[in-house]
Amino acid sequence: MDLFEYQGKQFFARYGMPVSDGEAVQTVEDAVAAAERLGTPVMVKAQVHTGGRGKAGGVKFAATVDDVREHATNILGLDINGHIVENLWIEVASDIAEEYYASFTLDRGAKKHLGMLSAEGGVEIETVAEETPDKISKIWVDPVDGLSEEVAREWVAKANLNPDATEGTVDILMKLYTAYTEGDADLCEINPLILTPEGKVHVLDAKVTLDGNADFRHDLDEYDATQKRDEREEAAHAKGLQYVGLDGSVGVIANGAGLAMSTLDVINQVGGKPANFLDIGGGANADVMSGALQVINDDPNVKAIFINIFGGITRGEEVANGILEAMKRVEISSPIVIRLDGTNAEEGRAILAPELDDMLRMETTMLDAAKVAAELAK
Amino acid sequence: MSIFLDENSKVVYQGLTGSQGRYYGLLNRDYGTNVVAGTNPKKAGTDVDGIPVYANVGEAVEATGANVSCIFIPAAGVKSAVMEAAEGGVELIVAITEGVPAHDEAWFFNKLQRDYPNVRLLGPNCPGLISPGKANVGITAGHIAKAGGPVGIVSRSGTLTYQALYELQQKDIGVTTCVGIGGDPVPGTSFIDCLAAFEADPETKAIMMIGEIGGSAEEEAAQFIKDHVTKPVSSYVAGVTAPPGKKMGHAGAIVSGGKGTADAKMEALRDAGVKVGLNPTEAGELMAEIVAGL
Repeated sequence: MDLFEYQGKQFFARYGMPVSDGEAVQTVEDAVAAAERLGTPVMVKAQVHTGGRGKAGGVKFAATVDDVREHATNILGLDINGHIVENLWIEVASDIAEEYYASFTLDRGAKKHLGMLSAEGGVEIETVAEETPDKISKIWVDPVDGLSEEVAREWVAKANLNPDATEGTVDILMKLYTAYTEGDADLCEINPLILTPEGKVHVLDAKVTLDGNADFRHDLDEYDATQKRDEREEAAHAKGLQYVGLDGSVGVIANGAGLAMSTLDVINQVGGKPANFLDIGGGANADVMSGALQVINDDPNVKAIFINIFGGITRGEEVANGILEAMKRVEISSPIVIRLDGTNAEEGRAILAPELDDMLRMETTMLDAAKVAAELAK
Repeated sequence: MSIFLDENSKVVYQGLTGSQGRYYGLLNRDYGTNVVAGTNPKKAGTDVDGIPVYANVGEAVEATGANVSCIFIPAAGVKSAVMEAAEGGVELIVAITEGVPAHDEAWFFNKLQRDYPNVRLLGPNCPGLISPGKANVGITAGHIAKAGGPVGIVSRSGTLTYQALYELQQKDIGVTTCVGIGGDPVPGTSFIDCLAAFEADPETKAIMMIGEIGGSAEEEAAQFIKDHVTKPVSSYVAGVTAPPGKKMGHAGAIVSGGKGTADAKMEALRDAGVKVGLNPTEAGELMAEIVAGL
């Protein structure tokens, strides 16, 4: 779950990290009012779940309240990599002497937490990693041990920061690690972490991704409410379905994440374009199936529907009855192609056979079913 | 032979008294798995369809000689369930539960490695494993697998594992063991662990490996195959068409920063001499060719 910058900063502030005062707003008037309260100069920053805000003109310095009005007007509604700006963060501007980079994330290969620190901040860390990898100082933290101040100090020493920044950086890194672990974050990134002319180390940006699986330990409602989903994803989310919207015309319903992913691959292989990823999980009863069909059917781009079910524990006849029952509940506007395989597939197919027509077809293999669905969607 | 699990395995189910635990525990017993116990601190002394329930894994091990634990505990309790199983003295822990926080997984993976280096963890968020004809632990439908070998299967995806088992069964090809390692960021058992075990198992003559997008486990496996595996391998990697930055169902299945793409994984596997199919059926057909040539 991606947090906006301002949410990330509020999250960091709870763990005692120094962040700038600011206010989150949604209108030009509120932006101006916030700037008047905070006092100029301020930064006007677009709040979007994507990178490259600066380049897209989504981050501006405002010396006066008039500047705030102008920038807020321009930035609200701006399209940044397909994300329309609806929220702004108005923040007290900081003087910058140096820009650094700091982050924690999970290194899946090493199965340890990876800390990265660089004296080259303010730019894409991927670029630094590619062009000058020796400028990133890395440590791997065993989750059982955690991060000690001694280790953090050695780590900072290796990063060749300005000596004035040492104490402040050690302090922030210790707190960043605590925020990352206690907050169940997938990523905690500060870019840039700045050294001010007065010698203070300060958090100027925050990129935080939280692990939705840890919601039993944290209240994530506040962040869930600001997640940007398209309408289809919102509807599927409300039904508890695992759904990802894509831009093709073949609607997909499959049981299991791997099979659903594989279904998209096969549709693509035969020249079709999937409209979505949708995993209905292990079972395929009428309730789940009708919910899934509803979501797919409401997508105006969908021209054909491919239901790909492999019966494991769930038997073929249960799946077939589930599909038929669901079709009674939802008025389907696109033809459906079913591929049913696995446990008692023969029995399942026998139940479907009398119902087949132009709007409901059946194929025995995944590849053939994909071909028919792709053809129907053209 | 088989790997990790055989007819001598004695299994205790943590969460046997819950609906999922009971359903699959009994199904596993019907298959022939030696289901010896369940645990629930509040229901010690009772039984589930004749299977005795103990307060914890340690007591179950003491009373029954259980050496495998299967976890059907809700996500919030998995961290302590895994440690209870390790402390209780089992050799293999199979954690079926999905939705376990990544920080918990990273923590108990390292804790086990340090304090219980001989305990194998499979999962979390995995379908379990089956050695057809001998034992089935987890949620795999046992009857879709043909017993006997010569193929060993390792997979990151549940339904694609079933698909693989089924395709081989349709072609009358048997399986020594099928291991579902699960789709989470920190799996307890890796592709490499399974490849090494299959390489060492005399009855396994060929290996089928099913991967998916995200992380670098398939690339690492490819390197391991190149260096250490003499047996032929066929493979399929799901998610060629997955858009970057979108999590495809599994917590671990996400292409981020241009890394973890299916194309890169397939290329690494081909480079290691693996026969790569573009869909599960094709991987099954490639395996049938391999088996015919053995």
